[in-house]
Amino acid sequence: MALNLKELSKKRELLSPGHRACSGCGSILAIRQVMMAVEGPVVVGFATGCMEVVTTVYPYTAWRVPYIHNAFENVAATMSGVETAYRAARKQGKISEDVKFIAFGGDGGTYDIGLQSLSGAMERGHDLLYVCYNNEAYMNTGIQRSSSTPFAAATSTCPVGDVELGKTQHSKDLTAIMAAHDIPYVAQATPHNWRDLIGKVKKALAIRGPKFINISASCFRGWRLPPHLSVDVSRLAVETCFWPLYEVENGEWKLNYKPKEKLPIAELFKLQGRFSHIFEEANRELLDQAQAFVDRKWEDLLKRTGDKVQKVLA
Amino acid sequence: MKTLEMKTLALTGNESGAEAMRQIDPEVVAAYPITPQTELMHKFAEFAADGKVATEMILVESEHSAMSACVGASAAGSRVMTATSSAGLALMWEIVYVAASNRLPIVMPVVNRALSAPINIHCDHADSMGCRDSGWIQLYSEDGQEVYDNIIQAVRIAENDGILLPVMVTFDGFIISHTMARVDVLPDKAVRKFIGERTPLHPLLDVNKPVTYGPLDLQDYYFEHKKQQAEAMRSAGAVIKAVGKEYGELSGREYGFFDEYLTSDADFIILALGSTAGTAKAAADELRSAGEKVGVLKLRVFRPFPAEELAAALAGARAIAVLDRSEGFSGIGGPVFQEVRSALYRRYQIPVSGYVYGLGGRDINVEMIASIYGDLKAGRYHEDKAAHFGVRE
Ligand SMILES: Cc1ncc(C[n+]2csc(CCOP(=O)(O)OP(=O)(O)O)c2C)c(N)n1
Repeated sequence: MALNLKELSKKRELLSPGHRACSGCGSILAIRQVMMAVEGPVVVGFATGCMEVVTTVYPYTAWRVPYIHNAFENVAATMSGVETAYRAARKQGKISEDVKFIAFGGDGGTYDIGLQSLSGAMERGHDLLYVCYNNEAYMNTGIQRSSSTPFAAATSTCPVGDVELGKTQHSKDLTAIMAAHDIPYVAQATPHNWRDLIGKVKKALAIRGPKFINISASCFRGWRLPPHLSVDVSRLAVETCFWPLYEVENGEWKLNYKPKEKLPIAELFKLQGRFSHIFEEANRELLDQAQAFVDRKWEDLLKRTGDKVQKVLA
Repeated sequence: MKTLEMKTLALTGNESGAEAMRQIDPEVVAAYPITPQTELMHKFAEFAADGKVATEMILVESEHSAMSACVGASAAGSRVMTATSSAGLALMWEIVYVAASNRLPIVMPVVNRALSAPINIHCDHADSMGCRDSGWIQLYSEDGQEVYDNIIQAVRIAENDGILLPVMVTFDGFIISHTMARVDVLPDKAVRKFIGERTPLHPLLDVNKPVTYGPLDLQDYYFEHKKQQAEAMRSAGAVIKAVGKEYGELSGREYGFFDEYLTSDADFIILALGSTAGTAKAAADELRSAGEKVGVLKLRVFRPFPAEELAAALAGARAIAVLDRSEGFSGIGGPVFQEVRSALYRRYQIPVSGYVYGLGGRDINVEMIASIYGDLKAGRYHEDKAAHFGVRE
């Protein structure tokens, strides 16, 4: 199938409408795009979190494909069980279809509590695509800090107070950690560039073995953002190099997009209420520190990928 | 019916468990090491490496992932097993509940070991007793033969369409797991025939009939689902009995909820689980030859708890001692003591005396058990608060 909007619009969606996600939710958008890339049979697994909650409130389900939710920290291990059962069934001739497996987790379920389970599943080499929908905090439980929450962002557990000014640590580079697992495919994506995102998922699903895609997805509640800006903010994350689009294919780092003019991080942060305090004159230094971190990570990335931009070919 | 040709082997409890697993040949086994379960999985891994089983092994990075993978594989439709002990079971705990609540047949040998702290690798039942409310069926084994027999029967019980609950088969760490004993083993074919193929009801891998496992289930349905689960556990009793009978026809060794040893005319009965039941039988033999009317009731099925049948079996006794190999910290007595007492409540007025013994592998021997019979005979009961038995003051 050609990757264009006309064709996509004709495709039967595997995640049906009627789920309970907020309008303006970036994560549901990301997941919908991921599912648009799927051709043929698939089994989906979910970690506990917003997206699990909003798509499967008993007795309803938004999933038109087999789906399993087990717990918060173990979607990778759960799906390694499903995938292994599939291999066993294949071996015995009980199933002939070529089935794909996708595990979804939020950043809490992936960067933090589920990291061990994820690392184990990737190391064991299951034929499994893990997608982190990364909304930069524990949204389902009320916007608490995760190790993916950016520096200086205010959350319920690192609020801005008289003494403390939001998160004091920078976010963990999970994509690089997954690349260090030497798995065949690792990538970053974000829904504003749907062609890039869907292309990456298609590419990943065509590869045998463990794959990981980290998708930056806004949460207007947690980011304190007007809901209609959820896609704009996703674009700005790329244009500021806060969330670069790249892939690591068999150890080769490839840059998928380079902004013509790298925008200052303030352009991204100023839309989001969780950063409002860093625009106060007295806290200027926080903004500088955030910028310096993004600059350093971007330079690091360019060293790994080189300057050349290679678009994702699906 | 004629029973089958049996092969007699000398096996440790762990090897006996592995032998049962070899014959079952589960489609998926998740494994993570912990003493004293390790040799069971070493042995099974050798079977896998030698191609003696078709099993797909998942060599996970933790017991939490072992149980998580079992949940995924069982939901997918596979016949699934894992095994653990102590801290491993404790780490799984959250997912142990998920497995039972999703009605997933999984069979798990639990080689009983004390829980930390202090860290201790030896036997007590704190691990499996800690899971007594998790919705798993629990079968306790006295020796290597029962380990083998229980594991094979567990597959049939777990996969029964009316039950669909996971089963723990427990046996005492080191005391059974590392002790070599005689085990009569059925022919491979007979085991395969007895367990049959798993026919999963709503497997995830049936991609043409998509199902959702593990949805959010709130005030308006959760309770009904829990009630169904409780009913499945209640119905499991009849299935355990039927499977135990059928297994008896096959092997000559029939199994029920418990084993009654010299109890029919006994004045004093000791109730115990696991290897201690064997020690108690030896003590009862000695006392019987001295003319004492004593007996032993070995409880095999702790979940579901066979209250009615157990009470009837104990009805003729003048006093009963219940031996718990775990504390429970209720301030009253161990978990078995409390269940037995409530089983007798309003049925029979018999004194029930509680003993907590053998924690962290502390030995129990024939003389010690004889002294408990002595206590019962002398009317020295621990009815309100179980005694800590075999401990230095
Ligand atoms: C073991 C465990 N700890 C905590 C929770 C509570 N909990 C449920 S969802 C959640 C946050 C999920 O955050 P994330 O993974 O970032 O996904 P999001 O809700 O943002 O989509 C937490 C803390 C839980 N369900 N299980």
